[in-house]
Amino acid sequence: MSTLLALTETASVVAASTDNPRADFRDTPLWLSAVKALLVFVYLLISTLLVIWFERRVIGRMQQRPGPNRNGPFGLLQTLADGMKSMLKEDVRPKAADAFVFTLAPLITATMCFVAFSIIPLAGDVWMFGHRTPFQLTDTPVAVLLVLAIAGVGIYGVVLAGWSSGSTYPLMGGLRSSAQMISYEIAMGLSLVAVFLYAGSMSTSQIVGAQRDLWFIIPAFFSFFVYVITMVGETNRLPFDLAEGEGELTGGFHTEYGSMRFAMFFLGEYINMFTVAALATTMFLGGWQAPPGIAAVNDGMFNEGWWGLLWFTVKLWMFMFVFVWLRGSLPRVRYDQFMRFGWKFLIPATLAWVVLVAVFRAGQNGWLGGGVDVAGRRFPVVSLFLVGAIAVLALVGGWLWDRRAEAKEAAAHPAVPDDVDPYAGGHPVPPLPGQRLREPSLTAPALPAGSDTKEATRG
Amino acid sequence: MTTHDQDSHLFETLHHDRPAGAFTPVDAYGASVDEDTGDAPVFTVSGGDWNDLVDEATALHEERIVVNMGPQHPSTHGVLRLILELDGETVTEARAGIGYLHTGIEKNMEYRTWVQGVTFCTRMDYLTPMMNEAAFCLSVERLLGITDSIPERASIIRVMMMELTRVNSHLVALGTGGLELGATTVMTVGFRERERILRVFEAITGLRMNNSYIRPGGVAQDVPHGAVDMVREVVDELRDGLHELELLLNENPLLRGRTVGVGYLDLTGCISLGVTGPVLRATGLPHDLRKSSPYCGYETYDFEVVTRTGCDAYDRLRIRIDEMYESLKIVLQALDRLQRTEGQPVMVEDKKIAWPAQLAIGGDGMGNSLDHIREIMGTSMESLIHHFKLVTEGFRVPPGQAYVPVESAKGELGCHLVSDGGTRPYRAHFRDPSFNNLQSVAAMCEGGQVADVIVAVASIDPVMGGVDR
Repeated sequence: MSTLLALTETASVVAASTDNPRADFRDTPLWLSAVKALLVFVYLLISTLLVIWFERRVIGRMQQRPGPNRNGPFGLLQTLADGMKSMLKEDVRPKAADAFVFTLAPLITATMCFVAFSIIPLAGDVWMFGHRTPFQLTDTPVAVLLVLAIAGVGIYGVVLAGWSSGSTYPLMGGLRSSAQMISYEIAMGLSLVAVFLYAGSMSTSQIVGAQRDLWFIIPAFFSFFVYVITMVGETNRLPFDLAEGEGELTGGFHTEYGSMRFAMFFLGEYINMFTVAALATTMFLGGWQAPPGIAAVNDGMFNEGWWGLLWFTVKLWMFMFVFVWLRGSLPRVRYDQFMRFGWKFLIPATLAWVVLVAVFRAGQNGWLGGGVDVAGRRFPVVSLFLVGAIAVLALVGGWLWDRRAEAKEAAAHPAVPDDVDPYAGGHPVPPLPGQRLREPSLTAPALPAGSDTKEATRG
Repeated sequence: MTTHDQDSHLFETLHHDRPAGAFTPVDAYGASVDEDTGDAPVFTVSGGDWNDLVDEATALHEERIVVNMGPQHPSTHGVLRLILELDGETVTEARAGIGYLHTGIEKNMEYRTWVQGVTFCTRMDYLTPMMNEAAFCLSVERLLGITDSIPERASIIRVMMMELTRVNSHLVALGTGGLELGATTVMTVGFRERERILRVFEAITGLRMNNSYIRPGGVAQDVPHGAVDMVREVVDELRDGLHELELLLNENPLLRGRTVGVGYLDLTGCISLGVTGPVLRATGLPHDLRKSSPYCGYETYDFEVVTRTGCDAYDRLRIRIDEMYESLKIVLQALDRLQRTEGQPVMVEDKKIAWPAQLAIGGDGMGNSLDHIREIMGTSMESLIHHFKLVTEGFRVPPGQAYVPVESAKGELGCHLVSDGGTRPYRAHFRDPSFNNLQSVAAMCEGGQVADVIVAVASIDPVMGGVDR
């Protein structure tokens, strides 16, 4: 429902053509939008085919093995072969499953992931069939919120899959992932607020345009850090793949899925990776704009038209490599640790960061009093004061953290006492090296009387 | 669980519909009256239908889930079945179900000669074949009373092979443990390093696993030419590989978060459950049979018993890593001794026990050496008779019983043999450390999270082949 609303809203906003989005769609007939939609779709499908191969090859190299190298040149067609295999496999549905929802869930996952890509600018203005049009399907004043909303709908796929399978592991996987994605979406949304404050807009084209001089990764570095973490959590990838958690939940929410239904989850997961990476590129890495050095070449020759697609793709694949790299080097975290990290660190820290950025921005705009000149540039007093305060806080915090870590370490490894009561634990034990045995106390703790009978009644 | 009286009552109620007197209950399993047990409670362990258990659980209308983890599950080390009662993500009760890999090895041994027994027991804990063989052979040798006449070179080879096996087993423990946590690179590094050891095994014994290399009286054959240099090279490579594993594991914050304080079992718990090996040493007790009751000349080697005091999965992991370094130290010392004892026998001198043939590599692979075949088939009738008798019938072992424990990679691996004076064991029984250590699953897992169960079981490192035998 919310997507439908969002989509109609999108349409009306485009029609009204407010001046907020920078992208100019006046010279874009409807059929050209359809062509662009097809292009984005094909771009995503080919990228998915490639990224699965890429992941398996790269992680193979990290693990001293070749990875898929049989189908096609360098094994490039491996994913295609796997896809064909899933399509031709027998379609199995467990008896206990809810038939309709069981089929609906993978469809939701597989379709929603494509929708979010419609507002990502893949390149600047390009010439297409005689029309000059921005290479993005559409843009709205709240485009980034649209991505978050659609990601929220996409979760339904996982939750419903877990619920409709009618079995324990998928249920737990579904529950985990709903909790996980909801809490990480909060941190993700908060981390993007800093970007909105810098760009002064939520329109993706506007945000890319605002990064012409300085990519937001530098002023909003902490947001980038938080976003990258939440982006891994959002896509269910190692080390945050708790919903699947092969070691514990066999396959998590997709345990009961096979053949094409499973393939759709697979597709959805990988396209989701592209979506979050594309958003990161747009928000923090200047979108389709050329890297600083190259952007200056020959009066911005490489910084316009179809060149944008190249830079965008390169940045996107950098994130893909990071995804694979993480998978190659880290174990999975535990569910409660993951939630604690999200709620007790990411969300409060990001909130504080957003307030900080707001104060900085206000200072830059001169709303909070005058500034001082340092090395030829004018800095607001408030900002300088805040930076100093944070530096002091960080030092104190680091010291406290170290103290706590030391105390914890000491508590985990208590010193071996000199003499020991061998019966203290309820069962005689030998002395550890350097220990003397004390006379056994006659008041050794007796086991609770009920325990034996209780134990005996169990099958 | 019922006492004896209730049991017989139950028995009667089961058959009350039959005509009285027409049916005399035959107690096939000896479950009812037995003079020996007297008034002691008799426990009947019965299987049951899974659905009945689930129905019983749901009838209580409590917010709990009973999960049957295994025997088909990616993280239960083969076919271990864990029955978990969950309250949300918390495990309120954990029980281990075993027996899915029962192969009847101990029973089968009663029908084979003493030498053939090696071929059985090497398959029990398939990650520590050399320890299984050594425990069995040391036990047979004690029954024969030839413990002191085992050639020095044979003992050196045994020690070297056992220590390489220890490294092999620990590498698999870390590798599969890492895999269960999702760290696939830990697995590939572990198995890559293990591969080097398996290559050594193949070069020395002819087989990568299930070697049947250690035999009563010595070892099957001397190490081939170049083996010492090969092992030396492999030890260096292993050190590099272990370092890589350490870098991946030791200070990894995510791994520490998953393992520190998880699967806690203190000294009292370990002792009362009979837990040995790295799990026991993680409580700080330096219990190692190689030091406390040495065999195969371990007292002459220089090595440390690694202990830590955390009692948790992390410390067990660290102990395994450090133990591998200690094992490599022993291997290097054994290699020096092998060079010193070049050309000495590797089988006991007594021709009534020693396997008559030595193996050799021929054009069609490894087999009995051609010289030996030429002798028994072409020159000496007596040799042929001797060979035939010893190989088919086997040697006789004086009546008695012996229990010899060795420090396997997982803990105390003991072999209890009973002989009635024949050519086959009257009874063979193994105390496999995996079996005893697995009993601590409930103590380690209850109260923790589902994900902690995986870590705890991985830190015990059970091998179901050894548990079920």
